[in-house]
Amino acid sequence: MKKLSVKSVVAIGIGAALFFVLGKVSIPTPVPNTYISLQYAVEAVFATLFGPIAGVLIGFIGHTLIDATSYGPWWSWIIASAFVGLVIGLVTMKLNVEEGIDTKKLIHFNVAQVIAHLLAWGLVAPVLDILIYAEPVEKLFSQGLMAGVTNIITTGVVGTLLLLGYAKTVVKKGSLEKED
Amino acid sequence: MAKAAILNYIKRPSPVHALTGTTKLIFFLAWSISSMVTFDTRILFGMLGISIVVFKISQIKVRDISVVLTLAVFILLLNNLFVYLFSPEYGVEIYKSRTVLFSLVGPYTITAQQLFYHLNITMKVICVVPVALLFIACTDPSEFAASLAMIGVSYRAGYAVSLALRYIPDVQREYVNISQAQQARGIDLSGKDKFFTRLKNSVAILLPLVMSSINRIETVSNAMELRGFGKEKKRTWYMQRKLTRNDWIAIGLAIFVLVVDLTVTFWDGSRYYNPFI
Amino acid sequence: MADPIISFQDYGFQYSAQASPTLHHINLDIYPGEKVLIAGASGSGKSTVGNCINGLIPFAYPGESTGKLFVGGVEAKESSIFSLSHTVGTVLQDPDGQFIGLTVGEDIAFALENDCVPQEKMKETVAEAARLVDIEHHLQYAPHELSGGQKQRVSLAGVMVEEVQALLFDEPLANLDPAAGRSAIELIDKVQERTGAAVIIIEHRLEDVLWRRVDRIVLMDEGRIVADMPTKNFLSGKALLEHGIREPLYLTALRYAGVPVTEELSPQHVNSLSLTEEQKGKVRAWHAETGKLRVEEQEKKELLRVENLSFGYTPDIMNLQDVSFSIREGEMVSIVGRNGAGKSTLAKLICGFEKLLSGKISLEGRDLSEDTIKERAQNIGYVMQNPNQMISKPLIWDEVEMALLSGDMSADERRERVEETLKICGLYPFRKWPVSALSFGQKKRVTIAGILVQRPRIILMDEPTAGQDYRHYTEIMEFLKTLNAQGFTIVMITHDMHLMLEYTPRAIVFSEGRLLADTTAARVLNDTELVRKASLKETSLYTLSMQCGIDEPQKFTEGFIAYEESIRKAKGQ
Repeated sequence: MKKLSVKSVVAIGIGAALFFVLGKVSIPTPVPNTYISLQYAVEAVFATLFGPIAGVLIGFIGHTLIDATSYGPWWSWIIASAFVGLVIGLVTMKLNVEEGIDTKKLIHFNVAQVIAHLLAWGLVAPVLDILIYAEPVEKLFSQGLMAGVTNIITTGVVGTLLLLGYAKTVVKKGSLEKED
Repeated sequence: MAKAAILNYIKRPSPVHALTGTTKLIFFLAWSISSMVTFDTRILFGMLGISIVVFKISQIKVRDISVVLTLAVFILLLNNLFVYLFSPEYGVEIYKSRTVLFSLVGPYTITAQQLFYHLNITMKVICVVPVALLFIACTDPSEFAASLAMIGVSYRAGYAVSLALRYIPDVQREYVNISQAQQARGIDLSGKDKFFTRLKNSVAILLPLVMSSINRIETVSNAMELRGFGKEKKRTWYMQRKLTRNDWIAIGLAIFVLVVDLTVTFWDGSRYYNPFI
Repeated sequence: MADPIISFQDYGFQYSAQASPTLHHINLDIYPGEKVLIAGASGSGKSTVGNCINGLIPFAYPGESTGKLFVGGVEAKESSIFSLSHTVGTVLQDPDGQFIGLTVGEDIAFALENDCVPQEKMKETVAEAARLVDIEHHLQYAPHELSGGQKQRVSLAGVMVEEVQALLFDEPLANLDPAAGRSAIELIDKVQERTGAAVIIIEHRLEDVLWRRVDRIVLMDEGRIVADMPTKNFLSGKALLEHGIREPLYLTALRYAGVPVTEELSPQHVNSLSLTEEQKGKVRAWHAETGKLRVEEQEKKELLRVENLSFGYTPDIMNLQDVSFSIREGEMVSIVGRNGAGKSTLAKLICGFEKLLSGKISLEGRDLSEDTIKERAQNIGYVMQNPNQMISKPLIWDEVEMALLSGDMSADERRERVEETLKICGLYPFRKWPVSALSFGQKKRVTIAGILVQRPRIILMDEPTAGQDYRHYTEIMEFLKTLNAQGFTIVMITHDMHLMLEYTPRAIVFSEGRLLADTTAARVLNDTELVRKASLKETSLYTLSMQCGIDEPQKFTEGFIAYEESIRKAKGQ
């Protein structure tokens, strides 16, 4: 494996810090006891900007820190969080958002995040839960589906807007003219 | 700033604190793996017993972690409730027998097997909680990176953990400042706005936060390169400590439990300890 | 003469991402043991020169270079960022960005860890470096337990451990309060004395750097070196005024008094000035003249009133204690004091971000305690220090309109209000631009417009000019003045003594959570005791007036302000 660049190391550290801070903010949804997990939107954006290794480690470190400082780690979901970053990072590898953004790229990003969340919460998390905790299959899959759907919506709305904002902010000075 | 339910390093003069970060990391991992693998009630109780003893030695008081503990209990209860609602007969399936204690409404019956199953899944989490909390409360964050490096994680990945710990307070402060300033402009996430409005509003806080984090990444990585980070294959650690006799005892104990756990679990072909047949 | 440590030879540089070169034909030699100040406005290329020296260019910021650059006798582009770091130690501008370790000790050790220095040796070296910068009693401290000045000391120790031959400081004063800035300059001096390293300081705050000896000043503008000469020759020239750098106040005062600044005056420091009796006489005459100019004061209606306010984030530590003052309509007021004195906390309380422990805040006699954050914002607008922390929409129009969207205005009313606000702020021609195309000063205006759109009575600004060069500083402050003239009351939290002197007649001084003084800016800066307690810094005008035998320094300062005001007015007309 190629060694991580210094910039990736820092992106992972600061990305995980963001993941942690946002994970601690609870924003209620219409469904009782379910919260908007803004951290996945940011994880998705960082995975797109800094690649799959950054994505996987941001999810892993960030989620482990959240769990470890609240009630002990729930490894199956931690691994699912890491998996989300990995898949988004892999699928968006050649997206080059730094060079500008268009509808095609945004669709690409959203396809990536939908695949990632579906696999993570529909497959990885429940299967690991079955293996580790031997919990009932129905409970796990409905739980996974809930998490998957909220995360897809959150990442779809917030992640997309963040990417758009990012691309517009880094864009170089063009041929802008004043209007009277 | 409001104190959230976040567990911190609590400095006390105890033998648990005196153990190196590496030891505590190994202990924590061994405990996590053991509890995940096994469903054997006897082992789970054994592990819980050891956890509680270690907790006593650590001089951390229940009061120090009461908020976190309450949260853990709440989550556990909730999880148990969901499991029961979805599969009230799951225990019967696993333990291949059915002893009805009493009936509730409809398909919901309380069986001894179901209760025993709930005891086990709860124990699996509970026996790790003290160790996990101690790992955070008794380990100097400064030792994390060195500890990870010592068990073979690349120092680059290990240092990312250290950077996360370093910048969490800064990011948190920035989040609070930005969201307060945006509240003054009508952005409120806890309010009564519709779900999608709230999602869109969150961008007003997240975009400045993400942009400033990206700037921060640039500054910090420049600062690290200017001081030679990543130049060698290895690095030394200012905060690393040598393993002492107690460290070896603790590591030995952790590995012993793990081995017993794996042996018992995989010896007779079943993960479950079944007192019913 | 020894060989130079750093030698630019007809050097030019162009960033890969940019269309034209940033540096042109740079010729500059820096010798062992020298202390050189590189001054210049933002965008002059002075930071780029710094980045060339430490290797960030071209290794972190790629681009094309022409000519040659030797650092420690090696051609820089053939070297690496790592080996250059053994010759040149860099202290970056942002003390939080450079503080990488979780504690002081770890951070100082960072470079040694990367060099695989054995732990025992490392601890010795760290202890030694910490002693050199007076931080040895804080080795266990986390960054958030330290002041800005202390963090900077840690950064300095962290580069000292490599036994570098040259130390590079990128805007070392930008994040410090006046007293901390002064001790930073003293510390740099001390470190240089002990180690003999060459020191390069990149800064536009000339007067503050000149608090200690500087051998040579290099002035940059538009990517070129426009002056490179010994300090006293430099100050007696006209270079400064022509290139957007503020000259030291005592020199400005001398010029106003009709005393030409020449090398013979030894103008490099206010204490080294040697004025003839005749020249002193001229200053005294000018003082008598300015005494006639007075800024008239009117009695104004009280707007905001703070009574016996107390607050603490945790029950055992009081961040503010028993604070009372009032702000009158149409005023422009400074709130000053060191970091952690409670200034920002006060702003948060006034805006309703935090709840008072006791006391009362009222607006035109009405208690604000029941108002929500949003309701208060209709009357009191808060502008954060860094515009990048507030701007959340890519387009200027959307950014300015944001605060109106949650209200009950119609679309037409909103459009009208936004247009009007953009016109007030001089942003109307840019209304369809993306925010990213704006300069820092323009972004600041956008954030102000985003607040102003709610038509608050009071605008509360946190460090409006931090990190800005003289030109941007003037631009922002003159803009605030026009707002003030239109009836907006403006309250500023600041470290900048010049700002306080020039723009706000009144200053409220905080120290350790208490209100220490509420008086005129001139009086604050001429009260030695107050200056010490609040970590401020007396101005060089004080010293100059003493030297000229004027024993009413406060009046001298007031006269100076009034005179500048009259010049500005004359220019404006």
